[in-house]
Order: sequence, then structure tokens, then C-alpha cells
Amino acid sequence: MREPTRDQALRIYRTMHLIRRFEERVAECFAAAEIPGFIHLAVGQESVPATVCALLERDDLVGATHRGHGQVLAKGAEPRRVMAELFGRATGYCRGKGGSMHLCAMDLGVLGTNGVVGANLPIAVGTALAAQVRATRQVTVGFFGDGAANTGAAHEALNLAAVWDLPVVFVCENNLYAEFTPQAVHTKGTSIAARAAAYGMRGVQVDGNDVPALFDAAAEAVDAARSGAGPTLLEAMTYRWRGHHEGDPMAYRAKDELEAWRAKDAIPRFRAWLVERGMLAADEDERLVGAVAAEVDDATEFARRSPWPAPEAALEDVHA
Amino acid sequence: MAVMTYREALNQALREELRRDERVFVIGEEVGLYDGAYKVTQGLLKEFGAKRIVDTPIAESGFTGVGIGAAMVGLRPVVEMMTFNFALVALDQIVNAAAKLSYMSGGQFNVPIVIRGPGGPAHQLAAQHSQSMEVYFYHVPGLKVVRPSTPADAKGLLKSAIRDDNPVVFIESETLYGIKGEVPDDPDFTIPLGQAVVRREGRDVTVIAYTGMLYRALEAAEALEKEGISVEIVDPRTLRPMDVPTIIGSVRKTHRVVVAEAGAGFAGMGSEISAFITEQAFDDLDAPVERVTGANAPMPYAKNLERAKTPSKEKIMAAVRRVCYANGS
Repeated sequence: MREPTRDQALRIYRTMHLIRRFEERVAECFAAAEIPGFIHLAVGQESVPATVCALLERDDLVGATHRGHGQVLAKGAEPRRVMAELFGRATGYCRGKGGSMHLCAMDLGVLGTNGVVGANLPIAVGTALAAQVRATRQVTVGFFGDGAANTGAAHEALNLAAVWDLPVVFVCENNLYAEFTPQAVHTKGTSIAARAAAYGMRGVQVDGNDVPALFDAAAEAVDAARSGAGPTLLEAMTYRWRGHHEGDPMAYRAKDELEAWRAKDAIPRFRAWLVERGMLAADEDERLVGAVAAEVDDATEFARRSPWPAPEAALEDVHA
Repeated sequence: MAVMTYREALNQALREELRRDERVFVIGEEVGLYDGAYKVTQGLLKEFGAKRIVDTPIAESGFTGVGIGAAMVGLRPVVEMMTFNFALVALDQIVNAAAKLSYMSGGQFNVPIVIRGPGGPAHQLAAQHSQSMEVYFYHVPGLKVVRPSTPADAKGLLKSAIRDDNPVVFIESETLYGIKGEVPDDPDFTIPLGQAVVRREGRDVTVIAYTGMLYRALEAAEALEKEGISVEIVDPRTLRPMDVPTIIGSVRKTHRVVVAEAGAGFAGMGSEISAFITEQAFDDLDAPVERVTGANAPMPYAKNLERAKTPSKEKIMAAVRRVCYANGS
């Protein structure tokens, strides 16, 4: 079993807190009408991108989803520029032209969150093909959800990656709901990972809220991709605490289900693991949580005081 | 100048660009081992190997997305649609990703991809294989759309499309693959995107047409010459960006316009062309712009029905006579 080093473990822990705090702040700003549009939050699922992206290098690539703020932050994006993008400001990563569902950070290998479920996966296979052809040892991670698993694009992407042995890791954040519908309504099987065998690739299902277990599985998948041993379908079982999008009253699920998953929250679980190994003292934890809160406050203030895009930007970047 | 077919000209363009730039690669169904469904990629696998000529499963959405991803990190894919009709399966990737990524990312990414293959009516291929596919793409900001009509244009425009930093939809024609013409030998011969060409000089009426309709228009012009009507023919070559000044220049000269297109007319290319002529040259017109288009129906299979659905030389001639207020037969 591969365990994270202390540095990796603390980075994962910090990133989980950052995503949690960031997403909660986005919910507040959305409720206050400071952030417009469709906002899909990943509260409850932070452990998956935090752990997977801790295994990536700066020039590795990530194809993110519509529920992708956490994936982008975990890849190293500056909270200020992510928040500014959600506020639609000129200082955002996409100069206020992308928003939550088209959040790109080219210099960090973030290919973009994607407003079309499943559509990011063929693109992720494309960057993996480029890495293989150019022998760069870059790994691409394609995040997706259990809903996306049923799209044709996902099927085509998985097959193409398998047949070409591409350096890609498909990470399914299985949060049990596709939009507003529980999995049993749209999917007969209970394992997305089991489909991997049919594509001729490795498939692993893991408790996504168990960071050490997820780290072990993800490390093997990333190493396999980097060493030329082809793709892996990694399914991380987790849960979405908030609605499909902000404003969703979530009438379709029972309260006790949410409470049961809150009890399995990955953040305190991983904190206990860190404390047990002597990697995190109580005062360090307090400092880390405080620093993350200050970082999100700073990002929010940065977004609020940032300028709107100049009107002429509406006609820029249509062509390269 | 060498005389070659439209198919050979495309093949030569691909071969030259593959040699010139190692970032260029070809991807699609049957492009390698089978040498291409229409043999446009003939011999390329042998010369460039499987890393540059990539055979795919039947998965247009998948391999178009693959091309987009590869283009985002600096390669220059040429994606072949076996027939452009199958691009409908990849429409999400082309419209939502290729066309918009530069814009959505605030200029961080660009997508230098060419998506090419044959489109338009051919020989009784029926409703799903005969569509004039350009209409689905020229509406979309961010895409460039090319429809080459001659072997020289096929080569020069494809080379420009591959060298362009933007996504280019490049729609060829099954019925033109076998036509022959002179093609410059110079490996740096290109034709800029966005430049129309006057195919035939005339005084009395401008006919705007491309690909198969261009040849019907040229036949119509020869016949009308005998009736004393002098027809100028403009081939836009690139539909987006459209070379509006060349078309307006011809309208100011002849004052009468017919647009011929193979696709169904409603919201077709002729609609857009007649709109900008009305906006920019209304006072120059001596007659309303006429459109000769495919009928507003799917393409039927039977030969006589296909003929009835598709614009003909005779229909173009009749339209020209109408805008000239000439009472020919």
C-alpha cells in the first residue's frame, strides 16, 4: 500500500479544506446574487480531486467537469482568479468569458470545466494521445461523474484510450446522483469501475472519502499511465452534499441519507489519520484551517473589487 | 503546373503539410490501413507511419474530441469524416469545444484543427448521406468553413486550413473527387481562406455558386451566352469568413444576382448572401436576388426524385432569365 508522504498528506488535507471553504463561499455569494448562472458545487466530494491531483506534476493535464471548481483548485489554480472568474470579472482565468462551466487554466494544464456532461473525456484522451506521440511522460486525468458514465462520449473515450494504451486516468466521482436522479433509476449495475474490464483496462472502485485508500489506488493509476502501462478507470464512491446546482431544493432525497454521508465526511476522517501518524498537531490544524479561511476571504474580496471586462472583450478571442 | 484530380490534389496537400510540419497528423475512420474511404489519404500510412496516420473506431464524437484535445496542446490534427454527414454525431465537440475554446478560455487555448471530408448530394446516396453540411457550421462563431470547387483550390485551401490557428470545417465533394485540373507544384502554394474568386467574367448577371452547383452554373452560363445574356460567376470558396467585398463588387457591376446552392433553401447560404447584398448594395440592384436551391425536403433515393429535388442547369438558367426580365424559352 502506497502512503502519502507528510508533505503530500498535508497538501491533500489543505486542499480539501480549501475546496470546502471555497465552495461554501460560492454558495453564499450565489445566494447573495453576487455570482450568477448555473453553479454546481462539490461540497462532500473534496477528497477526490484533492487526492488525485496531489499525485500530478505541474505539466500534467486535467479535463474537468461541470462540478469542477475543486478539480481546478486541486490542480493548483489561484483561488483569487477562480473566484474572479465566477464573479465574471476581467481578472478571472478566462477574463470573465468562461465562468463556472468553462474554467480553463492553460499554464496549469487545466483543459477546462465543461458544461456538457461527458464531453471533456474525448478531449482528455486527445491530450493523452499528444503526450504519447511526443513521449512527454505527461499524464492526463479525465474527471467525470456517474451520470457522465452513461454518455456515448464516455464510452468512446474509454475505448479509444484503452485501444491506444494512452497515459490517462479516468476518475469517476460517483456521488450516486445524476443531476436530480438517483443512480438506480438510470444504471443497472452498481459499479462503473466494473465496466473497465470490457474495455480492456484496469478498473478500481474505492471509497472516495477514505483518502489513504484513494491515494493508494490513484498512485498506482498515475504511475501506470506515466510508465506507459495505459489507462485506468478509477471509481471513487462519494456523495454530493448540496444540490445538482445552487437553488436545487433536493426534494428527491431523504434527509437521513445526507446525514449518513455527513458522518462519513472525508475531512475529519483524514484529520484523524494524520493525527494518528503524528503528521498534524492541534495547533498546526488550527493554523492551516485559519489560513485557508483567510485565503478564501482574500479571493472573495479580490473578486469583488476586480473590474468588469471591457465591453470590447465581447468580440475578442473568437479566433486565435 | 501538373494536371491531377481533386482527390490527388487533396492527397498532395496532406502529404506536403505532413512533411512540412511534424505537428500535423491525420485521424479518422479507415484513413490508414484502408487508405481512406475515398482514397484521399492513399499512401500516407506507408510514408508517415501509424503515429501520424491514426485509424480510429467508428466514433466520430470520440475521435473529434481527441483531435481537439491534441490541438489544445499544440498538435495540428486533420480529422477525416468519412462523409461529412457523420459530423452530426460529433456536432457537440465541433460546436461546443472546437469553435468556442479560444473564446471561453479568454484566449488561453486555440484549436488548430481541420475537420474534412465529403459532403453535399452525390449519386443516389439518399437522405442521410447527401446533405449540404456547411449550413450546420457557418452559423457558428469561431469556425471557418471552406468548400473547394477545383483541384487547385482543394490543394491551396487545404494547406491554408492546416496552417490556420483556428478550427476549419473543410467540406469536399464526392462528385468532384475525380475531376481534373491544373495544380501548382510549388509546395508553398496556398490560397488564403476568405478569398472568393470570379470564375467567369460577365456583364449582365452575377451567379454565386460553389462545388457541384458551380459546374451547373458554368454550363448554364455557356448556354445563356447564346441567348445574349452575359453571366459572371463568383465562387466564394470560403463560406465563413465570406469574401463580401468581391461579391458586392460583382453586384455593383452586373446589378442582378442569382445564388445557387444544393442544400434546402430555408436559412441557407443564399439567404445570408441575399441579406448582405440587400444591406450593402440595395440601390445597385435592378431585380430582386433570386435563390436556386434544393427543395425543402430530405434527399430522396430514386434517381428521378433526386433530380427533382436538386438544382439543375435549367433551373439556374430560368432564374437568370427572371432577374434579367428576359423571356427565353
